[in-house]
Amino acid sequence: MARAALRRRLTWRTGTVIATGAETPRTRTIELDVPDWEGHRAGQHVDVRLTAEDGYRAERAYSIASAPGEPVAITVERLDDGEVSPYLVDELREGDELELRGPIGGYFVWGPEDGGPLLLVAGGSGVVPLRAMLRHRHRTGSEIPARLLYSSRSLDDVIYRAELDACEVVYTLTRERPPAWTGYARRVDVDLLREVAWPAEENPLAFVCGPTSFVEAAAAGLVELGYPPARVKTERFGATGGQ
Amino acid sequence: MDALDGNAIGGLLHDVFGAEMTNATGVCAHCGTHGLLAECVVYIGGPGAVVRCRNCSGVLMVLVTVREVTCVDLMGLAGLS
Amino acid sequence: MTPISRGFRGRRRPADADASRIPPGQYATDDFPVLSAGPTPHTPLDEWTFSIVAGGDRKTWSWDEFRALPSETVTRDVHCVTRWSKLDTTWEGVSVDTLLAEVGSDAAFVLAFCDGGYTTNLPVEDVTDGKAWVAFDYGGEPLDPEHGGPARLLVPHLYFWKSAKWVRGLELRDEDEPGFWETYGYHMYGDPWLEQRYAGD
Repeated sequence: MARAALRRRLTWRTGTVIATGAETPRTRTIELDVPDWEGHRAGQHVDVRLTAEDGYRAERAYSIASAPGEPVAITVERLDDGEVSPYLVDELREGDELELRGPIGGYFVWGPEDGGPLLLVAGGSGVVPLRAMLRHRHRTGSEIPARLLYSSRSLDDVIYRAELDACEVVYTLTRERPPAWTGYARRVDVDLLREVAWPAEENPLAFVCGPTSFVEAAAAGLVELGYPPARVKTERFGATGGQ
Repeated sequence: MDALDGNAIGGLLHDVFGAEMTNATGVCAHCGTHGLLAECVVYIGGPGAVVRCRNCSGVLMVLVTVREVTCVDLMGLAGLS
Repeated sequence: MTPISRGFRGRRRPADADASRIPPGQYATDDFPVLSAGPTPHTPLDEWTFSIVAGGDRKTWSWDEFRALPSETVTRDVHCVTRWSKLDTTWEGVSVDTLLAEVGSDAAFVLAFCDGGYTTNLPVEDVTDGKAWVAFDYGGEPLDPEHGGPARLLVPHLYFWKSAKWVRGLELRDEDEPGFWETYGYHMYGDPWLEQRYAGD
Protein backbone atom coordinates (compact mmCIF):
# COMPACT_ATOMS: atom_id res chain seq x y z
CA MET A 1 0.00 0.00 0.00
CA ALA A 2 1.41 3.34 -1.02
CA ARG A 3 2.77 5.30 1.91
CA ALA A 4 1.61 8.55 0.34
CA ALA A 5 -1.96 7.35 0.40
CA LEU A 6 -1.84 7.23 4.18
CA ARG A 7 -0.67 10.80 4.62
CA ARG A 8 -3.99 12.46 4.23
CA ARG A 9 -6.53 13.88 6.56
CA LEU A 10 -9.39 11.58 7.21
CA THR A 11 -12.48 13.43 6.09
CA TRP A 12 -16.15 12.64 6.47
CA ARG A 13 -17.87 11.70 3.26
CA THR A 14 -21.25 10.50 2.18
CA GLY A 15 -22.04 7.01 0.96
CA THR A 16 -25.32 5.74 -0.38
CA VAL A 17 -26.92 2.53 0.82
CA ILE A 18 -27.13 0.19 -2.16
CA ALA A 19 -28.41 -2.90 -0.36
CA THR A 20 -29.24 -4.14 3.11
CA GLY A 21 -29.87 -7.67 4.24
CA ALA A 22 -30.63 -9.38 7.53
CA GLU A 23 -27.92 -11.81 8.66
CA THR A 24 -29.66 -12.84 11.89
CA PRO A 25 -32.66 -11.43 13.76
CA ARG A 26 -30.31 -8.93 15.40
CA THR A 27 -27.82 -8.13 12.67
CA ARG A 28 -27.95 -6.55 9.26
CA THR A 29 -25.35 -6.03 6.56
CA ILE A 30 -25.40 -2.63 4.87
CA GLU A 31 -23.67 -2.27 1.53
CA LEU A 32 -22.59 1.21 0.52
CA ASP A 33 -21.58 3.02 -2.61
CA VAL A 34 -18.87 5.46 -1.56
CA PRO A 35 -17.69 7.72 -4.39
CA ASP A 36 -13.91 7.60 -4.90
CA TRP A 37 -13.47 4.84 -2.32
CA GLU A 38 -9.75 4.11 -2.45
CA GLY A 39 -10.16 0.52 -1.33
CA HIS A 40 -9.64 -1.01 2.07
CA ARG A 41 -7.70 -3.79 3.74
CA ALA A 42 -9.29 -6.78 5.41
CA GLY A 43 -9.84 -6.01 9.08
CA GLN A 44 -10.19 -2.23 8.80
CA HIS A 45 -13.20 -0.28 10.06
CA VAL A 46 -15.10 2.89 9.30
CA ASP A 47 -16.54 5.53 11.61
CA VAL A 48 -20.21 6.18 10.93
CA ARG A 49 -21.87 9.47 11.88
CA LEU A 50 -25.59 10.16 12.17
CA THR A 51 -26.99 13.70 12.23
CA ALA A 52 -30.49 14.50 13.51
CA GLU A 53 -32.54 17.35 12.06
CA ASP A 54 -31.63 19.61 14.99
CA GLY A 55 -27.93 19.01 14.39
CA TYR A 56 -27.44 16.42 17.15
CA ARG A 57 -24.79 13.90 16.15
CA ALA A 58 -23.72 10.44 17.19
CA GLU A 59 -20.69 8.54 15.95
CA ARG A 60 -19.69 4.86 16.14
CA ALA A 61 -17.03 2.60 14.64
CA TYR A 62 -18.03 -0.47 12.58
CA SER A 63 -15.76 -3.09 11.06
CA ILE A 64 -15.84 -3.51 7.30
CA ALA A 65 -17.42 -6.86 6.47
CA SER A 66 -16.45 -7.01 2.80
CA ALA A 67 -13.17 -8.06 1.25
CA PRO A 68 -10.79 -5.64 -0.45
CA GLY A 69 -12.11 -5.03 -3.96
CA GLU A 70 -15.76 -5.41 -2.94
CA PRO A 71 -18.05 -2.48 -2.16
CA VAL A 72 -17.82 -1.26 1.43
CA ALA A 73 -20.20 -3.19 3.66
CA ILE A 74 -20.70 -3.11 7.41
CA THR A 75 -22.57 -5.62 9.53
CA VAL A 76 -24.28 -4.04 12.53
CA GLU A 77 -25.67 -5.80 15.59
CA ARG A 78 -28.68 -4.13 17.19
CA LEU A 79 -27.96 -3.27 20.83
CA ASP A 80 -31.42 -2.99 22.36
CA ASP A 81 -30.51 0.06 24.35
CA GLY A 82 -28.25 1.49 21.70
CA GLU A 83 -28.51 4.86 20.04
CA VAL A 84 -26.95 4.24 16.63
CA SER A 85 -27.27 0.49 16.04
CA PRO A 86 -31.11 0.29 16.20
CA TYR A 87 -31.24 3.05 13.60
CA LEU A 88 -28.79 1.30 11.29
CA VAL A 89 -30.45 -2.11 11.70
CA ASP A 90 -34.12 -1.10 11.69
CA GLU A 91 -34.45 2.29 9.97
CA LEU A 92 -31.80 2.68 7.30
CA ARG A 93 -32.98 1.75 3.78
CA GLU A 94 -31.66 1.39 0.30
CA GLY A 95 -31.10 4.83 -1.19
CA ASP A 96 -30.43 6.53 2.15
CA GLU A 97 -27.24 8.47 2.62
CA LEU A 98 -24.80 7.59 5.38
CA GLU A 99 -21.87 9.70 6.48
CA LEU A 100 -18.64 7.87 7.16
CA ARG A 101 -14.89 8.22 7.34
CA GLY A 102 -12.31 5.59 6.61
CA PRO A 103 -10.91 3.12 5.93
CA ILE A 104 -9.32 3.14 9.39
CA GLY A 105 -6.63 0.99 10.96
CA GLY A 106 -3.26 -0.51 10.09
CA TYR A 107 -2.81 -2.93 12.97
CA PHE A 108 -5.79 -5.28 12.92
CA VAL A 109 -5.40 -6.07 9.20
CA TRP A 110 -4.43 -9.14 7.27
CA GLY A 111 -3.34 -9.90 3.73
CA PRO A 112 -1.80 -13.06 2.22
CA GLU A 113 1.61 -11.35 2.44
CA ASP A 114 1.30 -11.49 6.23
CA GLY A 115 1.29 -15.27 6.12
CA GLY A 116 -0.08 -17.70 8.65
CA PRO A 117 -1.32 -20.21 9.51
CA LEU A 118 -4.15 -17.95 10.42
CA LEU A 119 -6.14 -18.38 13.62
CA LEU A 120 -9.23 -16.20 13.86
CA VAL A 121 -11.07 -16.02 17.17
CA ALA A 122 -14.44 -14.26 17.22
CA GLY A 123 -16.78 -13.36 20.03
CA GLY A 124 -20.27 -12.47 18.74
CA SER A 125 -20.20 -9.73 16.12
CA GLY A 126 -16.41 -9.68 16.48
CA VAL A 127 -16.59 -12.08 13.54
CA VAL A 128 -17.17 -9.18 11.13
CA PRO A 129 -13.55 -8.10 10.42
CA LEU A 130 -12.47 -11.75 10.53
CA ARG A 131 -15.03 -12.57 7.84
CA ALA A 132 -13.44 -9.87 5.69
CA MET A 133 -10.08 -11.65 6.16
CA LEU A 134 -11.54 -15.04 5.23
CA ARG A 135 -13.21 -13.58 2.13
CA HIS A 136 -9.97 -11.86 1.17
CA ARG A 137 -8.06 -15.10 1.55
CA HIS A 138 -10.60 -16.91 -0.60
CA ARG A 139 -10.75 -14.23 -3.29
CA THR A 140 -6.97 -14.08 -3.60
CA GLY A 141 -6.72 -17.86 -3.89
CA SER A 142 -4.41 -17.95 -0.88
CA GLU A 143 -3.49 -21.42 0.35
CA ILE A 144 -2.54 -20.20 3.81
CA PRO A 145 -4.36 -22.44 6.30
CA ALA A 146 -7.05 -20.52 8.18
CA ARG A 147 -9.20 -21.64 11.07
CA LEU A 148 -11.99 -19.71 12.74
CA LEU A 149 -13.11 -20.26 16.32
CA TYR A 150 -16.43 -18.50 16.72
CA SER A 151 -18.11 -18.07 20.10
CA SER A 152 -21.80 -17.23 19.77
CA ARG A 153 -24.75 -17.14 22.12
CA SER A 154 -26.69 -19.57 19.92
CA LEU A 155 -26.62 -21.02 16.44
CA ASP A 156 -29.29 -18.54 15.37
CA ASP A 157 -26.98 -15.70 16.37
CA VAL A 158 -24.18 -16.93 14.12
CA ILE A 159 -23.57 -14.31 11.44
CA TYR A 160 -22.60 -15.40 7.86
CA ARG A 161 -23.29 -19.01 8.79
CA ALA A 162 -23.77 -20.38 5.28
CA GLU A 163 -20.57 -18.73 4.13
CA LEU A 164 -18.57 -19.77 7.18
CA ASP A 165 -19.70 -23.38 7.01
CA ALA A 166 -17.64 -23.62 3.82
CA CYS A 167 -14.52 -22.63 5.80
CA GLU A 168 -12.64 -24.40 8.56
CA VAL A 169 -14.78 -23.19 11.44
CA VAL A 170 -15.35 -24.35 15.01
CA TYR A 171 -18.37 -22.98 16.84
CA THR A 172 -18.87 -22.78 20.56
CA LEU A 173 -22.39 -21.91 21.68
CA THR A 174 -22.41 -20.32 25.10
CA ARG A 175 -26.09 -19.85 25.86
CA GLU A 176 -28.37 -22.03 23.77
CA ARG A 177 -27.74 -25.23 21.82
CA PRO A 178 -29.82 -27.10 19.27
CA PRO A 179 -31.04 -30.44 20.71
CA ALA A 180 -28.49 -32.62 18.94
CA TRP A 181 -25.54 -30.23 19.34
CA THR A 182 -22.27 -32.08 19.74
CA GLY A 183 -19.96 -29.11 19.38
CA TYR A 184 -18.44 -26.91 22.04
CA ALA A 185 -20.77 -25.28 24.53
CA ARG A 186 -18.46 -23.27 26.74
CA ARG A 187 -16.60 -20.01 26.86
CA VAL A 188 -13.28 -19.65 25.09
CA ASP A 189 -10.44 -20.27 27.49
CA VAL A 190 -6.98 -21.80 27.40
CA ASP A 191 -8.31 -25.38 27.47
CA LEU A 192 -10.63 -24.85 24.54
CA LEU A 193 -7.87 -23.04 22.65
CA ARG A 194 -5.48 -25.92 23.28
CA GLU A 195 -7.90 -28.17 21.41
CA VAL A 196 -8.71 -25.79 18.56
CA ALA A 197 -5.77 -23.46 17.94
CA TRP A 198 -2.79 -24.24 15.70
CA PRO A 199 0.16 -25.35 17.82
CA ALA A 200 2.52 -22.49 18.63
CA GLU A 201 5.36 -24.36 16.86
CA GLU A 202 3.68 -23.65 13.53
CA ASN A 203 4.23 -19.92 14.18
CA PRO A 204 0.58 -19.01 13.64
CA LEU A 205 -0.78 -15.50 13.35
CA ALA A 206 -3.87 -14.88 15.47
CA PHE A 207 -6.58 -12.23 15.26
CA VAL A 208 -8.99 -11.98 18.17
CA CYS A 209 -12.05 -9.72 18.05
CA GLY A 210 -14.99 -9.41 20.41
CA PRO A 211 -16.12 -7.83 23.65
CA THR A 212 -13.32 -6.76 25.98
CA SER A 213 -13.57 -9.63 28.47
CA PHE A 214 -13.73 -12.17 25.63
CA VAL A 215 -10.66 -10.75 23.91
CA GLU A 216 -8.65 -10.64 27.11
CA ALA A 217 -9.45 -14.25 27.99
CA ALA A 218 -8.70 -15.52 24.48
CA ALA A 219 -5.50 -13.50 24.01
CA ALA A 220 -4.19 -14.54 27.43
CA GLY A 221 -4.99 -18.17 26.57
CA LEU A 222 -3.05 -18.00 23.32
CA VAL A 223 -0.04 -16.43 25.02
CA GLU A 224 -0.20 -19.18 27.64
CA LEU A 225 -0.08 -21.72 24.79
CA GLY A 226 3.15 -20.14 23.57
CA TYR A 227 1.93 -17.68 20.96
CA PRO A 228 4.27 -14.67 21.01
CA PRO A 229 2.22 -11.60 22.05
CA ALA A 230 3.24 -9.85 18.82
CA ARG A 231 1.52 -12.65 16.84
CA VAL A 232 -1.77 -12.15 18.67
CA LYS A 233 -3.60 -9.11 17.29
CA THR A 234 -6.58 -7.94 19.27
CA GLU A 235 -9.55 -5.66 18.74
CA ARG A 236 -12.04 -4.98 21.51
CA PHE A 237 -15.46 -3.54 20.94
CA GLY A 238 -18.26 -2.59 23.21
CA ALA A 239 -21.22 -0.35 23.62
CA THR A 240 -20.29 3.27 24.13
CA GLY A 241 -22.06 6.47 24.90
CA GLY A 242 -23.94 5.47 27.98
CA GLN A 243 -24.85 1.84 27.66
CA MET B 1 -18.35 0.41 30.63
CA ASP B 2 -15.52 -1.86 29.59
CA ALA B 3 -12.28 -0.36 28.48
CA LEU B 4 -11.61 -0.78 24.76
CA ASP B 5 -8.33 -0.47 22.87
CA GLY B 6 -6.61 1.91 20.49
CA ASN B 7 -8.40 0.49 17.44
CA ALA B 8 -11.56 2.18 18.72
CA ILE B 9 -10.03 5.64 18.27
CA GLY B 10 -8.17 4.85 15.04
CA GLY B 11 -10.33 7.33 13.13
CA LEU B 12 -9.89 10.10 15.65
CA LEU B 13 -6.11 9.52 15.79
CA HIS B 14 -5.89 9.47 12.00
CA ASP B 15 -7.85 12.71 11.86
CA VAL B 16 -5.63 14.39 14.45
CA PHE B 17 -2.24 13.14 13.28
CA GLY B 18 -2.99 12.98 9.56
CA ALA B 19 -1.76 9.40 9.38
CA GLU B 20 -2.66 5.89 10.44
CA MET B 21 -1.57 5.70 14.08
CA THR B 22 -2.82 2.40 15.52
CA ASN B 23 0.39 0.74 14.36
CA ALA B 24 2.55 3.46 15.92
CA THR B 25 4.56 2.63 19.04
CA GLY B 26 4.20 4.73 22.16
CA VAL B 27 6.62 4.75 25.07
CA CYS B 28 5.01 5.13 28.48
CA ALA B 29 6.54 7.99 30.45
CA HIS B 30 5.45 6.35 33.72
CA CYS B 31 6.88 2.82 33.37
CA GLY B 32 8.88 2.83 30.13
CA THR B 33 6.82 0.14 28.41
CA HIS B 34 6.78 0.24 24.60
CA GLY B 35 3.41 -0.57 23.13
CA LEU B 36 1.42 -0.21 19.95
CA LEU B 37 -1.32 2.40 20.22
CA ALA B 38 -3.77 -0.27 18.99
CA GLU B 39 -3.00 -2.28 22.12
CA CYS B 40 -3.30 0.53 24.65
CA VAL B 41 -6.28 0.66 27.00
CA VAL B 42 -8.81 3.24 25.85
CA TYR B 43 -11.76 4.66 27.77
CA ILE B 44 -14.34 6.36 25.60
CA GLY B 45 -17.94 7.38 26.00
CA GLY B 46 -17.27 10.06 28.59
CA PRO B 47 -16.31 13.67 27.95
CA GLY B 48 -13.22 12.56 26.01
CA ALA B 49 -10.99 9.61 25.18
CA VAL B 50 -8.37 8.58 27.74
CA VAL B 51 -5.54 6.34 26.53
CA ARG B 52 -3.71 4.36 29.20
CA CYS B 53 -0.65 2.10 29.33
CA ARG B 54 -1.61 -1.59 29.30
CA ASN B 55 1.23 -2.34 31.73
CA CYS B 56 0.88 0.35 34.43
CA SER B 57 -2.43 2.00 33.42
CA GLY B 58 -0.83 5.44 33.60
CA VAL B 59 -2.45 8.05 31.34
CA LEU B 60 -0.59 8.26 28.01
CA MET B 61 -2.84 10.72 26.23
CA VAL B 62 -6.17 12.46 26.43
CA LEU B 63 -8.21 13.52 23.40
CA VAL B 64 -11.14 15.88 23.79
CA THR B 65 -13.24 17.21 20.93
CA VAL B 66 -14.86 20.54 21.68
CA ARG B 67 -16.93 22.21 18.97
CA GLU B 68 -15.37 19.91 16.34
CA VAL B 69 -11.81 20.83 17.31
CA THR B 70 -9.85 18.02 18.95
CA CYS B 71 -7.36 18.83 21.69
CA VAL B 72 -4.68 16.20 22.30
CA ASP B 73 -2.51 15.99 25.40
CA LEU B 74 0.40 13.56 25.03
CA MET B 75 1.41 14.07 28.65
CA GLY B 76 2.24 10.45 29.41
CA LEU B 77 4.11 9.59 26.23
CA ALA B 78 7.90 9.64 26.41
CA GLY B 79 8.01 8.79 22.71
CA LEU B 80 5.82 8.09 19.72
CA SER B 81 7.03 6.55 16.48
CA MET C 1 -22.75 19.50 3.50
CA THR C 2 -23.75 17.12 6.23
CA PRO C 3 -26.67 14.95 5.20
CA ILE C 4 -29.47 14.63 7.72
CA SER C 5 -30.03 11.01 8.77
CA ARG C 6 -33.69 10.55 7.90
CA GLY C 7 -35.64 9.59 11.01
CA PHE C 8 -32.68 9.75 13.40
CA ARG C 9 -33.47 11.48 16.69
CA GLY C 10 -30.78 10.13 18.99
CA ARG C 11 -32.07 8.81 22.28
CA ARG C 12 -34.49 11.63 22.85
CA ARG C 13 -38.05 10.59 23.45
CA PRO C 14 -41.23 12.59 22.96
CA ALA C 15 -41.83 15.06 25.76
CA ASP C 16 -43.42 13.51 28.80
CA ALA C 17 -44.74 14.79 32.12
CA ASP C 18 -41.23 15.34 33.41
CA ALA C 19 -40.05 17.35 30.42
CA SER C 20 -39.69 20.45 32.59
CA ARG C 21 -37.09 18.61 34.64
CA ILE C 22 -34.89 17.72 31.65
CA PRO C 23 -32.32 20.43 30.81
CA PRO C 24 -31.88 21.44 27.16
CA GLY C 25 -30.04 18.89 25.02
CA GLN C 26 -30.57 16.09 27.55
CA TYR C 27 -32.64 12.89 27.38
CA ALA C 28 -34.07 10.97 30.34
CA THR C 29 -32.88 7.44 30.99
CA ASP C 30 -33.84 4.79 33.49
CA ASP C 31 -30.42 3.23 33.22
CA PHE C 32 -27.43 4.37 35.18
CA PRO C 33 -24.71 4.59 32.54
CA VAL C 34 -21.15 3.98 33.68
CA LEU C 35 -18.60 6.34 32.19
CA SER C 36 -14.99 6.14 33.29
CA ALA C 37 -11.66 7.65 32.43
CA GLY C 38 -9.76 4.79 33.97
CA PRO C 39 -9.90 1.46 35.77
CA THR C 40 -12.21 1.17 38.75
CA PRO C 41 -10.15 1.52 41.94
CA HIS C 42 -10.83 -0.91 44.76
CA THR C 43 -9.47 0.78 47.85
CA PRO C 44 -10.08 -1.40 50.94
CA LEU C 45 -12.21 0.41 53.50
CA ASP C 46 -9.52 0.06 56.17
CA GLU C 47 -7.16 2.02 53.91
CA TRP C 48 -9.74 4.55 52.78
CA THR C 49 -9.68 8.07 54.21
CA PHE C 50 -11.39 11.34 53.42
CA SER C 51 -9.52 14.61 53.84
CA ILE C 52 -10.22 18.31 53.81
CA VAL C 53 -7.04 20.18 52.95
CA ALA C 54 -6.83 23.92 53.63
CA GLY C 55 -3.41 25.53 53.26
CA GLY C 56 -1.20 23.63 55.66
CA ASP C 57 -4.15 22.18 57.60
CA ARG C 58 -5.54 18.78 56.92
CA LYS C 59 -8.47 17.09 58.58
CA THR C 60 -8.71 13.36 57.84
CA TRP C 61 -11.42 10.83 58.62
CA SER C 62 -11.06 7.05 58.49
CA TRP C 63 -13.97 5.15 56.92
CA ASP C 64 -15.44 4.37 60.34
CA GLU C 65 -15.07 7.98 61.49
CA PHE C 66 -16.60 9.22 58.23
CA ARG C 67 -19.54 6.86 58.55
CA ALA C 68 -20.08 7.94 62.14
CA LEU C 69 -20.79 11.50 60.92
CA PRO C 70 -24.44 12.49 60.56
CA SER C 71 -25.75 11.62 57.11
CA GLU C 72 -28.73 12.66 54.99
CA THR C 73 -30.85 10.87 52.42
CA VAL C 74 -31.65 13.01 49.39
CA THR C 75 -33.51 12.44 46.13
CA ARG C 76 -32.25 14.47 43.18
CA ASP C 77 -32.09 14.55 39.38
CA VAL C 78 -28.63 14.16 37.86
CA HIS C 79 -27.47 15.33 34.43
CA CYS C 80 -24.43 14.00 32.55
CA VAL C 81 -22.67 16.13 29.94
CA THR C 82 -22.89 13.12 27.57
CA ARG C 83 -26.62 14.05 27.47
CA TRP C 84 -28.34 11.56 29.72
CA SER C 85 -30.34 12.69 32.72
CA LYS C 86 -31.64 10.42 35.44
CA LEU C 87 -34.53 11.63 37.56
CA ASP C 88 -35.25 10.94 41.22
CA THR C 89 -32.01 9.26 42.18
CA THR C 90 -31.79 8.59 45.91
CA TRP C 91 -28.51 8.89 47.77
CA GLU C 92 -27.29 8.78 51.32
CA GLY C 93 -24.23 10.78 52.21
CA VAL C 94 -22.52 13.22 54.50
CA SER C 95 -23.23 16.85 53.69
CA VAL C 96 -20.13 18.73 52.59
CA ASP C 97 -21.22 21.38 55.12
CA THR C 98 -20.56 18.85 57.88
CA LEU C 99 -17.09 18.11 56.54
CA LEU C 100 -16.07 21.72 55.95
CA ALA C 101 -17.26 22.75 59.42
CA GLU C 102 -14.20 20.96 60.80
CA VAL C 103 -11.81 23.30 59.00
CA GLY C 104 -11.89 27.06 59.21
CA SER C 105 -11.30 28.53 55.77
CA ASP C 106 -12.49 31.45 53.70
CA ALA C 107 -11.29 29.89 50.42
CA ALA C 108 -13.58 30.44 47.44
CA PHE C 109 -12.96 27.16 45.55
CA VAL C 110 -12.46 23.47 46.11
CA LEU C 111 -10.60 20.92 44.04
CA ALA C 112 -11.97 17.43 44.61
CA PHE C 113 -9.33 14.70 44.43
CA CYS C 114 -9.91 11.00 43.91
CA ASP C 115 -8.43 7.53 43.71
CA GLY C 116 -7.08 7.12 40.19
CA GLY C 117 -5.93 10.74 40.00
CA TYR C 118 -9.15 12.36 38.76
CA THR C 119 -9.86 15.92 39.91
CA THR C 120 -12.63 18.45 39.40
CA ASN C 121 -13.05 22.04 40.56
CA LEU C 122 -16.05 23.76 42.13
CA PRO C 123 -16.85 27.04 43.88
CA VAL C 124 -17.21 26.60 47.64
CA GLU C 125 -20.65 28.18 47.49
CA ASP C 126 -21.77 25.32 45.21
CA VAL C 127 -20.80 22.64 47.69
CA THR C 128 -22.19 24.34 50.82
CA ASP C 129 -25.62 25.23 52.18
CA GLY C 130 -27.01 21.76 51.52
CA LYS C 131 -25.98 21.58 47.85
CA ALA C 132 -23.42 18.76 47.94
CA TRP C 133 -22.71 15.48 49.68
CA VAL C 134 -20.10 12.78 49.91
CA ALA C 135 -22.42 9.90 49.08
CA PHE C 136 -21.78 6.30 50.10
CA ASP C 137 -25.16 4.75 49.40
CA TYR C 138 -27.28 4.72 46.26
CA GLY C 139 -30.86 3.50 46.11
CA GLY C 140 -30.57 1.96 49.56
CA GLU C 141 -27.44 -0.07 48.77
CA PRO C 142 -23.76 0.65 49.33
CA LEU C 143 -22.52 2.60 46.32
CA ASP C 144 -21.20 0.19 43.68
CA PRO C 145 -17.50 0.67 42.81
CA GLU C 146 -18.49 1.18 39.14
CA HIS C 147 -20.54 4.18 40.21
CA GLY C 148 -17.85 5.62 42.46
CA GLY C 149 -18.02 3.56 45.62
CA PRO C 150 -17.12 3.47 48.39
CA ALA C 151 -17.91 7.20 48.15
CA ARG C 152 -18.39 9.84 45.49
CA LEU C 153 -19.07 13.52 45.52
CA LEU C 154 -22.68 14.41 44.71
CA VAL C 155 -23.33 17.90 43.36
CA PRO C 156 -26.59 17.33 41.50
CA HIS C 157 -27.18 20.89 40.29
CA LEU C 158 -24.03 20.78 38.11
CA TYR C 159 -23.12 18.40 35.28
CA PHE C 160 -22.32 15.00 36.70
CA TRP C 161 -18.57 15.08 35.92
CA LYS C 162 -18.40 17.45 38.90
CA SER C 163 -19.77 14.65 41.10
CA ALA C 164 -16.38 12.97 41.25
CA LYS C 165 -16.34 9.19 41.66
CA TRP C 166 -14.00 7.57 44.22
CA VAL C 167 -13.53 10.93 45.92
CA ARG C 168 -10.92 11.01 48.67
CA GLY C 169 -10.95 14.64 49.65
CA LEU C 170 -11.44 18.31 48.94
CA GLU C 171 -8.65 20.84 48.72
CA LEU C 172 -9.72 24.37 49.57
CA ARG C 173 -8.16 26.97 47.28
CA ASP C 174 -8.22 30.72 46.82
CA GLU C 175 -7.98 30.35 43.04
CA ASP C 176 -10.09 28.25 40.72
CA GLU C 177 -7.79 25.52 39.41
CA PRO C 178 -9.18 23.48 36.47
CA GLY C 179 -9.68 19.79 37.17
CA PHE C 180 -9.18 16.87 34.76
CA TRP C 181 -11.85 17.54 32.11
CA GLU C 182 -11.85 21.29 32.73
CA THR C 183 -8.18 21.38 31.64
CA TYR C 184 -9.25 20.08 28.22
CA GLY C 185 -11.92 22.64 27.56
CA TYR C 186 -14.87 21.55 29.65
CA HIS C 187 -16.64 24.34 31.49
CA MET C 188 -15.22 25.54 34.82
CA TYR C 189 -18.73 25.70 36.33
CA GLY C 190 -20.97 23.32 34.33
CA ASP C 191 -24.59 24.40 34.84
CA PRO C 192 -26.75 21.93 32.85
CA TRP C 193 -29.65 24.42 32.61
CA LEU C 194 -27.36 26.91 30.85
CA GLU C 195 -25.75 24.08 28.80
CA GLN C 196 -22.34 25.04 30.11
CA ARG C 197 -20.58 22.08 28.52
CA TYR C 198 -17.45 23.72 27.19
CA ALA C 199 -15.38 26.76 28.15
CA GLY C 200 -17.11 29.76 26.66
CA ASP C 201 -20.63 28.29 26.77
